[in-house]
Parts: sequence; structure tokens; C-alpha cells
Amino acid sequence: MRKHTKLTRFIALAMCLTLTCMLLSGCGKKTKIIGTLNLINYAEYLDPEMLELFTEETGIEVKMDEALTPEEMYTKYSSGAIKYDLVCTADYMLKKMIDDNEFQKIPWDQMEYKDNIGSKYYDFCKAFDPNNDYCLPHFWGTIGILYDTTKVKAPIDSWEVLFNGEYAGDIIMQNSMRDTFMITLKYLGYSLNTDNEDEIRKAQELLIKQKPDVQAYLVDEVRDEVVAGNAIMGVIYSGEAYLGRESNPNLEYVVPKEGSNVWIDCIAITKHCENTEYAAKFLDFLCREDVAKANFEYIYFSTPNIKVIESLSDEEKEDPTLVPPEDSIVNCEVCTQTDKKVTELMSQLWKELKSE
Amino acid sequence: MKHLKHFACSFLNCVKNIFLAIRKHFKGILSGIYVGLIGLFLYAPILVLIVLSFNKGRSRVKWEGFSFKWYEALFSNSQIGDALVTTIVLALASAGIAVLIGVPGAIGMHALGKKKFKVMMGLTNIPLLNADIVTGIALMLWFVHFIPLGFGSVLIAHITFNIPYVILSVMPRLQQMNVSVYEATRDLGAGPVYAFFKIVLPDLMPGIVSGFFMAFTMSMDDFVITFFTKGPGVNTLSTMIYGQLKKGIKPEMYALSTLIFLVVSAVLLVVNGISDRKKTPKAEQIERI
Amino acid sequence: MNENEVRTNKRPFLSGPYFIWIIAFTVLPLIVIFRYALFDGNGHFTLSNIAAIFSSSINRKALWFSLEIALGCTAFCILLSYPLVMALKHLGLSKRGFSLFIIILPMWMNFILRILAWQMILSNNGILNLLLTTLGFEPVRIANTPTAIMIGSVYDYLPYMILPIYTSIMEINEDLIEAAKDLGANSFTVFCKIILPLSLPGLLSGIVMVFVPSMTSFVISDILGGGKLQLIGNIIEQEFMISNNWHVGSGLSVALMILVLLSMAFTRKRTADGKESLVW
Repeated sequence: MRKHTKLTRFIALAMCLTLTCMLLSGCGKKTKIIGTLNLINYAEYLDPEMLELFTEETGIEVKMDEALTPEEMYTKYSSGAIKYDLVCTADYMLKKMIDDNEFQKIPWDQMEYKDNIGSKYYDFCKAFDPNNDYCLPHFWGTIGILYDTTKVKAPIDSWEVLFNGEYAGDIIMQNSMRDTFMITLKYLGYSLNTDNEDEIRKAQELLIKQKPDVQAYLVDEVRDEVVAGNAIMGVIYSGEAYLGRESNPNLEYVVPKEGSNVWIDCIAITKHCENTEYAAKFLDFLCREDVAKANFEYIYFSTPNIKVIESLSDEEKEDPTLVPPEDSIVNCEVCTQTDKKVTELMSQLWKELKSE
Repeated sequence: MKHLKHFACSFLNCVKNIFLAIRKHFKGILSGIYVGLIGLFLYAPILVLIVLSFNKGRSRVKWEGFSFKWYEALFSNSQIGDALVTTIVLALASAGIAVLIGVPGAIGMHALGKKKFKVMMGLTNIPLLNADIVTGIALMLWFVHFIPLGFGSVLIAHITFNIPYVILSVMPRLQQMNVSVYEATRDLGAGPVYAFFKIVLPDLMPGIVSGFFMAFTMSMDDFVITFFTKGPGVNTLSTMIYGQLKKGIKPEMYALSTLIFLVVSAVLLVVNGISDRKKTPKAEQIERI
Repeated sequence: MNENEVRTNKRPFLSGPYFIWIIAFTVLPLIVIFRYALFDGNGHFTLSNIAAIFSSSINRKALWFSLEIALGCTAFCILLSYPLVMALKHLGLSKRGFSLFIIILPMWMNFILRILAWQMILSNNGILNLLLTTLGFEPVRIANTPTAIMIGSVYDYLPYMILPIYTSIMEINEDLIEAAKDLGANSFTVFCKIILPLSLPGLLSGIVMVFVPSMTSFVISDILGGGKLQLIGNIIEQEFMISNNWHVGSGLSVALMILVLLSMAFTRKRTADGKESLVW
């Protein structure tokens, strides 16, 4: 008899749990929904409360789908399974999608707050969107080295420390093909957008030579590993570095003198979007100072919103991880390399590197 | 003298008894230690998660003092609540439906001829054989044709990969089942439905229960397939946690895990206590059959 | 004869709904994958996508490593499960549901969180090394090695081995064991002659549920292997996610599927000893 009741008991238990959660989540206040926008975005790249606020203000619901990498987004987008109205993704992916005619022009004239985004950032976008037709900057930053100042012999200013074996076993690299190749190309003095096979192969040789010195190639937690002292230095995005320094003040972030990648993530309206007016409303909403500020405080990546930058404290303004200074990015390039052959070559070489 | 002899005798007896008891319990002690070690292996990471949930700081690698603040944050975070509800509803529904389809499926398959049985078993194993990412992408490409991606599509996907677990748990029971009891019941005049519910089902129950649990668990844990088959706005805990990988897992998640763990363990202990007390000799007898 | 058949509850039609489900959501999506596997980007028929699993040295290496991990993981799971189930059995039947729960409960904490917790335990400055150095031992470097992947895999898949073995051992008639003991068999003989053969169905279910996923997983190797070690699952994931080459990705998974099917068929022949197939 006992056997019979096991299942029922279990179900009862689960029901209790469900009920508790429902109480936990509470009953949200409902606004009348007049339309829906589907957005694909990086996970944790918007304050979810801002989406709720937008729905409250306009009656337009924004359903966000989340991914970790631009490639994941592209896989989901290109399958056609969901007709996304908006895409928030990285520079090179934007270029690829612009070239494939996936986007429609942003109706700038319907946007009241578009000038909150500094013109400098619109200029960045010209690298892949020459007439600023399609892309609204969302967050940006650099790639550099986060290192523990108490464990290095001298302050770091070059990518060289990653490759000269000085810190063998204490280096963490990004588990990302593009980022890893880009910094190596930069170290070798090439453009990170090179399509020269020899240059790319040279970068791979160097990376293979470096591999025994690398503790791990991580997608995530590069920051945590350096904070915890499991490694002395790691290749990292500037925004991540800010959070790392929050939990360990001995850490320092540097954009090496050879230059690096300056990345910019933008939002664009896809060709599937039927209600461009709603999409424009949402983009405009994101540019608004209070909203941009909330988003900034949610993730602490560098914002292109000048109103928000102005509102920062002096200390924050001088933090190179929050507001990358002009001189640190003079040698940096935006990644716009989307040539199919180059991508194929790189991914082949990357696979070889990983299987060494 | 007589007393002494008596004393010596009882002393020897006592030693003998202790020795016997040790011999008898030795296996028990050893078993206990072994179970304990495996328990430690299974629960060590959970202990780590529980400790982290009380960490004051955001980082998962640095202890900054004891605090309940992530629990407070958890209760005010409606996203996590929604994801939790979705996860549990999805796991319950997909495991339940998988049982409803899988158990009759297993019984039917058991009755098939050798060749057909092999084919069916081969098909059953496909979702297990495929890398999750392949199953996920295949289902996504397939759904595009007729189902809008959303909660429903995730549910179908979960049922699909859950059924094999139910079948694999039920099948061994079916094969070990003693057919003569069923036959005897029928000989004594019971109808097939009655005999099924009174004889076959109770016999399969442990298999069904463990199949249900496995299905439930697989569904709770799945990330890759959910990722590809979900629509925007649908979030499970897994997809949420995966999304946080890059920026660092939010400590609220540790708090939530701890709460789930504590609630489930507490309910489990209470239920177990009640069932132990309720257990009558009669029930025990039935169970033995 | 006829009457007998009716009475043995032979009702193949019960598998009808399941059959339909399999066709609709397993077989047809699989055809989509086969279509990608068998054609190249220009729509020409090719077998090279499937052959890629052997033709590229990268893939061969990853496949071999996956095989090692999967075999090792399965073996460890079996070796750990049997004593555990015997011990649980010894500790008393009355707590049956309870012990099931104890085994399954850890799996309800999210998988990624648990693997991350292992990373914290095993890392160079991690909890394990903290314990070791406190006790006066040398710290170990396990993080980002095959050992770490192995520990993670065994940890993650152990319950899938324990549960089916547990279910089938608990089903063995106690009288059978008593009778064997009365006839002079010692515990070892009882285990080899009665418990092991009778728990074979459970064991085989367990092998499928452990071997296959440990062969195709990629999250464990990414997190615990530090991205320096590639399982075939990682390669497939990369084909879909980084190279965006669905044709090769599908080809590799089809090849992997065929390989696993073959190896499972082989297991059956060797272990089931000509008996009616249990897993297949």
C-alpha cells in the first residue's frame, strides 16, 4: 500500500512547493497590453524592472530571449523559429546581419532622446553601420588584462606577459575564438580585422606555444578566478574588471599598449518587425536618462549615454573600467571581420588549438 | 565458589554476546560508513552552495561575513519566482505526461515480438544517444513548421526526452515480473482491468516512481534543449542560471537552492516519520506480496 | 494456447500513443538532422560530414578522450553503486523511499550550480586543498585536468546508475537469498550467483543512462576541464555555435549516434549471454 501513496505524496509535496512559489512571486499588476515586441539579448543585459516600467508606461510588452554569445543569438535568429523584432548583439554580428539585409532603418525622427547617446559612440558604429541607419549603442567597453598587483613583479602594460612564460600556469584566457585571436593579432602588431592567412596562422602558432602556460580557457568566472587568487591574471572585458576590483581592491585592469579590441553592443530593429513605431518607442525609452542609469547600475558596463556619464561621481568617472579614457583606446579597433573564409579558417585553427 | 563459577559463566556469556553483536553489526557499521562516504560525495557541492547563500559579498570565491541579505533579495525578485514556477510546473507536467505515455508504452512494447521490440527500444534510446544540442536544434527546426515556440514547445520537448527514462525504469520491472500471479488472478475470475490495477500496476510502481523522479529531475536540470525550444519570455531556472554564467551567478540563486533543499528535506523527513508510524502489520504484509 | 495469451496481458496496442509520439517528436526531427548531415551547404549529397568523425585528427582525438571518460565514468559508477545498494539493503528495507530520495535530492539543485561548486572544491586555492594543507598534506592540482572531468562526470551520473540497480536488486526475492545461504553459499557467492545476474536489467539501464550522456556532455568538460580538454560533445557544440556549420555538426552527431548504437549492441551480446535482450 505504501508504494501507492509515494507518488501521490510526492505530487502533494511538489504542489506545496509550487504554491509557495506562486505566493513568492506575487501577483503582478496588469496593464492593458496593446502590443508585443520580441527581443533577443545577452542574458542580464537589461534591468528587468525597466521592461516592466516600459510596459506600464506604454502598454507594450517586451518579451526578452537571452543568450550568452552572439553566435548563440544568430543560431536562434537564423533558424526562423521566432520572429524577433529587436536584436541586441555585438559589432561583428551586427555587420554580418546588416550585410545580410536583416535589419530595417531606425526611425530616428520618432526618437526624442536619441542625442543622449554621445556622438562619439555613433561614430564607433560607423565601422559597421556607415550611415548610422540601423544601430543604437547599448553598452561598450574594451578587452584587457585583469591582474593581481601583489603577485606581479612589475605593473603590466603589454600583452607580452601572456606569452613570455613568466607567469606560466597562472594565466586565464577567454574561451572565445574571436577574443583570443584578436588580442594575439594585436600583440603581433597586426590588425585584428586581418584577412591575411599567414598572420592568422602566426597567431595560432603563438597560441599553441602558449597553451601549456594557460591555466584555463574560461567562458565565465575569469573574474572570480582572479579574485580568488587561483590565477594571477586573466583576459577580461572592462565591465567585468570593474566588478572584480569591487571585491578585491588589489586588482588592476589594463588595456595593453599594443592596442586591443573596443567592442560595442547595439540594438537594431529586424526586418521581421511589423510595428516599427513600438520598436522606436522602446529604443527611445532605453535612451532616457533614468532608464539608461538603471541599466547601467544593473550591470556596470560602460554606457554610451552621456547624461548618465555626467551624473557619475568623480571617482567613477575616472575609473578606466567604467569610462574607458580616450588615450587607452587610441590603438584599439572595432571588430568588423565577418568574411566567411576568415571565420572558417579561424574556427579550424581554434579547434586545432583546443585539441592540442 | 558456586557464585564465582556463576559469575564467570555469565561474564563469558556476556563477552560472547558482545562478540556476536559486534560480528553481527560489523557489516552494518561498514555499510553505514560506506553510505556516509557516498553521501558526502553527493552532498559536498550542496554544502558549498548552502554556505555561499549566507555570504555577505557577491563573489562566490570570497567569504565576507554572514548575512541573510540574499534571502531578502530573493523574495523581492519576481523574475526568479516566475522562473521557479515555470520550472516546477514544467517538470511536473512533463514527468507526469511521460509516465502516462511511457508506462502503457512499456507494457505494450513488452508484448511485442522480438524484432519489433528491438526497433522500439532503439527508437526509445535516440533521445538519450543524441547530444542534447542536436536534440534541441532538431526539435527547434521541427517546431518551426507547426508550433509557435513558447511554453508548449518546451513541454513537448521535455516529454520527448523524459519518456525514455520512464521506459528504461519500468522495463526491467516488467521483465522481472512474475506472470503467474497475474494469471492466477485472472483464473480466479478477475477482469483484465481489475487485475491490471491490483497486480501489474503495484508491481511496476517502484519502476514508475523512479522513472517519474528521473524524468522530473532531468526536466529540472535540462538547459540545452530548453534553450533552443523556448520562446522569448519563458525562463526556467536553468536557462536563467546559464545566462548568469558570464556575469557571475547571482547569490539569490544559492539562496533559492538552499531553500528548495531545506523545504524538500523537511517535507521528506516529516512524511517519512508519518508513514513509519502509520505502517500497520497488515500494510507490511500487503507490501511483501 | 490462445486463451493463455489473452491472460498474460499481452497488449501491444498500449504502446500506440508512445509510438505516435516517437514518430512525431523523435524520428521526424531526426530526419531534419540527417538531411543536414547528408548534404553540404550547396545541397549536394555527401558522406564527408559523417566521415569527419574519423577523417579529422582533432575529432579522432576528442572521440577517443570522450570514450575514455565515458568508459571510466561508467566503470566507476558501477563499482560505487553495487556496494552502495548492498549497504542500503543491509541497513534495512523499511526506509526504501527515503533512501531513493536521499540519492535523488542532490540532483534537484541545478546542475550548473553543482558543477560550479565542484570547481570551487577542486580549484588550486579551493576547499579540498585548504583541507589538505590544514591537515599537513601537499596540495593537489586537480582543477582543469581529466581527473576533474572524471570526478564531475561520476558525480553527475552516479544517481542514474544507482537508481535502476537499486530498483532491480530490491525486487529480488529475499527467500532466494536465504535459500542459497541455507545451502551453504557465502555472501560472495550469493552476490555473484544471485544478485548480480538478477540485477542485470537494472545494470544495463544504468549503463545506457550513464555511458551515453557522459559521452556527449560538454558543460562538465568546459567548466571542470578549463576549456583545455575537448570531448566530442564540445566539438559538436562548436560546430553549431562557433563555426555555425550545421552540416558538419549534424554529421558528427549522426556518426556518434551510430558508434554508440554499435557499442551498446556489443555490450548486450557480451553481457546478456544470449538471453533475451534487455536494453535492446
